[in-house]
Amino acid sequence: MQDKKTPERSIQRRTFLKGAALGLAATALPSRDAEASIWEAFFQKHFREMSEAEIRKVIGRLEQEYEQKYKKKITVGIEKPLPGVLFGYGLDLSRCIGCRRCVYGCVDENNQSKDPQIHWITVLRFKKGEKWVDLEESEKYYNPSAVPEEEYFYMPVQCQQCENPPCVRVCPTQATWKDEDGIVVIDYNWCIGCRYCMAACPYGARRFNWTDPGRKTEELNTETHYLGNRPRFKGVVEKCTFCIQRTRKEPGRYPACVEACPVGARKFGNLLDPMSEIRYAIEHKRVFRLKEDLNTNPKFYYFFAYGG
Amino acid sequence: MKKTIMTLLMLFGLLLSAATAAVRADTHEPDVPKKLFVPPPPFTPGIYPCSQCHAGMPVDRNPRKLQGMHDNIALKHMPGGWCFDCHNPNNRDTLRLANGKIVRFEESYNLCGQCHGTILREWKAGLHGKRTGMWNGEKQYLLCVHCHWPHDPKFKPIQPLPPPVRPSDIK
Ligand code: SF4
Ligand code: SF4
Repeated sequence: MQDKKTPERSIQRRTFLKGAALGLAATALPSRDAEASIWEAFFQKHFREMSEAEIRKVIGRLEQEYEQKYKKKITVGIEKPLPGVLFGYGLDLSRCIGCRRCVYGCVDENNQSKDPQIHWITVLRFKKGEKWVDLEESEKYYNPSAVPEEEYFYMPVQCQQCENPPCVRVCPTQATWKDEDGIVVIDYNWCIGCRYCMAACPYGARRFNWTDPGRKTEELNTETHYLGNRPRFKGVVEKCTFCIQRTRKEPGRYPACVEACPVGARKFGNLLDPMSEIRYAIEHKRVFRLKEDLNTNPKFYYFFAYGG
Repeated sequence: MKKTIMTLLMLFGLLLSAATAAVRADTHEPDVPKKLFVPPPPFTPGIYPCSQCHAGMPVDRNPRKLQGMHDNIALKHMPGGWCFDCHNPNNRDTLRLANGKIVRFEESYNLCGQCHGTILREWKAGLHGKRTGMWNGEKQYLLCVHCHWPHDPKFKPIQPLPPPVRPSDIK
């Protein structure tokens, strides 16, 4: 079915499960003379149950596979959550002009597929003065010659990094979980592509790779994280990780969307640090979160710094 | 007359912001961050130092339409304002506060903060304006004038990047 030389794709759990469901498990198993690395990928342990040495081995295998596939060295980081850090995000709706610079800044940073197109951020447009919290009434395909438009305002939506994430609860393989710093991560090697999480997420934040991601090698960001922007495969789910490859460092850079926004509408920092920008926003502005009634407890805060 | 009213208004603004600052001091009053990494002011190339031309030039305090030099400036900030509300007539390489204090262009936020006190405070706290660099390390700030042209500070509309592909358009 697939080329043996790209082991990551040649046998994957979901291929196996597909077979298993039909009672044909044996046909999807690697053949007896398959390369060792294929078997290794197949029996890879859960990320949080692996020892440091086992993780290093997996990273070595992955980096080798990526190099074969993309003819380019891609570093896959495994930075753990920083102690005493719980990430939070703020978005100033009184500033956002709906220009979508954040959307494409994110694509560049996080190696999303360009064809077919995958965006982790969706900017919604609402008519001022209407019952705008009704997400169904919003427009995401707006395309005027210039923004902002007098009669509208804009609300970018991405993964809200819920403290109580429904997506995590439904995952049958525990391929997605919430780490100690509050980032909800996905292990693409464990994702079987069942898309339960996509159905469970109330914010439409998750995206599915219907094909192998279409992205030119020269456009790849080679600084990646295992649980973040490393190149994905056909059949796995992905979403915003607060730029885990940038932020989980000491010192760590701001997420790409924060830096892309021309009006400074995006705020990011440590919720446990009383001097952080995000804490300032929460303490001084009227903040709200999306669909609070669902008890997902997002760590993504919207506010109106001026007016409102 | 107009001038006096302006100055009074400014002073009032100052007092007001000082008062709010005092109230908030106990909660989350961000002192000026230990290090403010502000890039150099965005001068038009070749224009600074202003004294290149202005040194020895007579000072004309009459509001008028500028001809030749600076004719791109149609002041759309404070109505009734004039150059010397902010620029120092005695040394054009510096700015001047309403109280006569001299301010370098590198610290022009103190000038803007005379009227926009709340915004200045929130800028220092990291809320107003764009921050780049390290969320837990060196943060790069921008001067007010990097984003707002001081002579006409309101943002101009820009073209949005393309909308997402509609599912119906995927081939
Ligand atoms: S926004 Fe959706 S994908 Fe993100 S943590 Fe919440 S439920 Fe999960
Ligand atoms: S880049 Fe900033 S202003 Fe533009 S849509 Fe995104 S959040 Fe809004």
